[in-house]
Amino acid sequence: MDTALDPAAPTEAARRPWIRRFVSKMPWTTRFCASWLIVIVGAAVFADLIPGLADPNYQGFLFGDGVTNEGPSLTHFLGTDNNSRDILARIVYGARVSLIVALAAVFMGVVFGGFFGSMVGFVRGRTDSTVMAVVDVILAFPGLVLLLTVVTLLGRRDLVVIATVIGFLSIPPYTRVARANALSISRREFVTAARAIGTRKRTILFREVIPNVLPTLLAYAMVNAAVIILLEGALAFLGLSVEPPTSSWGTMVNASRVDLQINVWPAIWPSLALVFTVYSLNNVGDWLRRLRSVRSAAL
Amino acid sequence: MGSFIATRLVRLVATLLAVSFLTFLLVNLLPGDAINALIPIEAQQDQEYVAQVRAEWGLDDPMLVRYGKWLGDAVRGDLGDSIVTSRAVSSEIAHRIPVTGELMIVTVIFSVLLAVPLGVMSAYREGSRLDQFISGGAQFALSVPGFVAGLLFIYVFAMKLGWFPATGWTRISNSISGNLMTVTLPALSLSVIEVAVYTRVVRSDLVTTLKEDYILSARSKGLKDGFILFRHALRPSSLTLITVVGLNIGLLLGGTVVVEFLFALPGLGKRLLDAIFQRDFMMVQGITVFVAMVYVVVNTLVDLVYLVVDPRIRKAD
Repeated sequence: MDTALDPAAPTEAARRPWIRRFVSKMPWTTRFCASWLIVIVGAAVFADLIPGLADPNYQGFLFGDGVTNEGPSLTHFLGTDNNSRDILARIVYGARVSLIVALAAVFMGVVFGGFFGSMVGFVRGRTDSTVMAVVDVILAFPGLVLLLTVVTLLGRRDLVVIATVIGFLSIPPYTRVARANALSISRREFVTAARAIGTRKRTILFREVIPNVLPTLLAYAMVNAAVIILLEGALAFLGLSVEPPTSSWGTMVNASRVDLQINVWPAIWPSLALVFTVYSLNNVGDWLRRLRSVRSAAL
Repeated sequence: MGSFIATRLVRLVATLLAVSFLTFLLVNLLPGDAINALIPIEAQQDQEYVAQVRAEWGLDDPMLVRYGKWLGDAVRGDLGDSIVTSRAVSSEIAHRIPVTGELMIVTVIFSVLLAVPLGVMSAYREGSRLDQFISGGAQFALSVPGFVAGLLFIYVFAMKLGWFPATGWTRISNSISGNLMTVTLPALSLSVIEVAVYTRVVRSDLVTTLKEDYILSARSKGLKDGFILFRHALRPSSLTLITVVGLNIGLLLGGTVVVEFLFALPGLGKRLLDAIFQRDFMMVQGITVFVAMVYVVVNTLVDLVYLVVDPRIRKAD
């Protein structure tokens, strides 16, 4: 309900304790993880506006301004890489790649996977077996080959292409989760009741089934986003994600291998960013799921 | 039960056919004429020779005809020849399988050996400091990808301590100890996530099992805790563990590509990457279909094991 139109809606001040209560329920690790996620998302979104953040592709040593493989210092908080580029800036801009790819995967998974899964779980029958057969094929098919074919065909490897292919490949798992949930929801009383009063199937699907599948799907999305970020990291590490000089955490880790003997910082920072982000998504996702299961158990 | 197995087998074959056709289709969409890989550009002046080679490799046939031919050979174990090295794809796969296979087996052994005690301890002392520590550690380990763990291990154990070689592979037929040296770090890198997954599975399964009546009755008989844990409680949980190990094979196969790349191991994943970069379409196709086959067969086997062990599924059929 739109609170602005509701005369009984709590005022701004009265509403704040709700968030505070929500946060106070979090264990300190989860609070820390949620803060990290907010920081990293904020940094990625507003990267261009952060004062003092260096240009991620500026190679200072070419202009006699900066050293390659410099350790952490006051001018470069995290040091420079083997091309004398600022590591902090590259990590901030690299977060964009990870987060956009994860967002694309979650969006396509929830919209298409959620729809197909809910539908076939509700209508069952031949549609169900056909769609699930297609899902099985996509799951058995190595995504790497699809990605490389598309990349080679289009002749470019930018963020749009990578995000779309990874998004497409994440539809099947969401379809499975949605279907499993829709199967059990379709057997609930309110669906039977809707059928009994002669509601059209499409209306039942959109009014009863999908709204009840969605919360589970969103809890899954949190954990799936972590998996996608790991996947993009691995692809970038293999040199198969977005084209250089665009920075991506996996690309940075791979590039750091060359000078690992003399300078480990370029390997440490992107690894930490990757691990912390994935850990935070897992941690907050697990916490949300526990919260939900406690609530539904109390009902 | 018979009809269940029959349906599974039909689905297995159908999935494999679909995957092989899709791969064929995709690989054929790739730009570039295979003739350039077969005959050097300079030698392509001889039109007659070019036409002869084209006919020999069936390059001018419609795609469906070529797929039919390829499939007919594939079911007899002939996946064609690499257009870059002209070695048989099947023999190349056979040559690479021991590396990837050993890597995966050692990883699973490492992971199970570590995860079972951790999961058991965690479940036995549910809610304790120890449990929180193990569960928290598992959640963290889940977030460490193979290439980060691998690079850390290379830095610490190869560069700083010099205990293991950083890259390369010694075949087990050449030297058993040398082989163990080269497999340890890659397998450990792959194990980090696997240990976390298995520990979680063992823990959550045991926590439920330990609340069952038969555990209570075993306790009231005065049996030792260790005996109850490993003999009575762990046995039913091992079934879940087998399933998860089986379902994780696909994920592990993907992980081997990255780890083989990092440690420069001559495995299947490395070969697939090389073939992709060289546009060696016969090789890409062969390895893809082979990997898909392993994945689908393992999943079907897991289903069948379940069927044999769990009588409830048999009855439902």
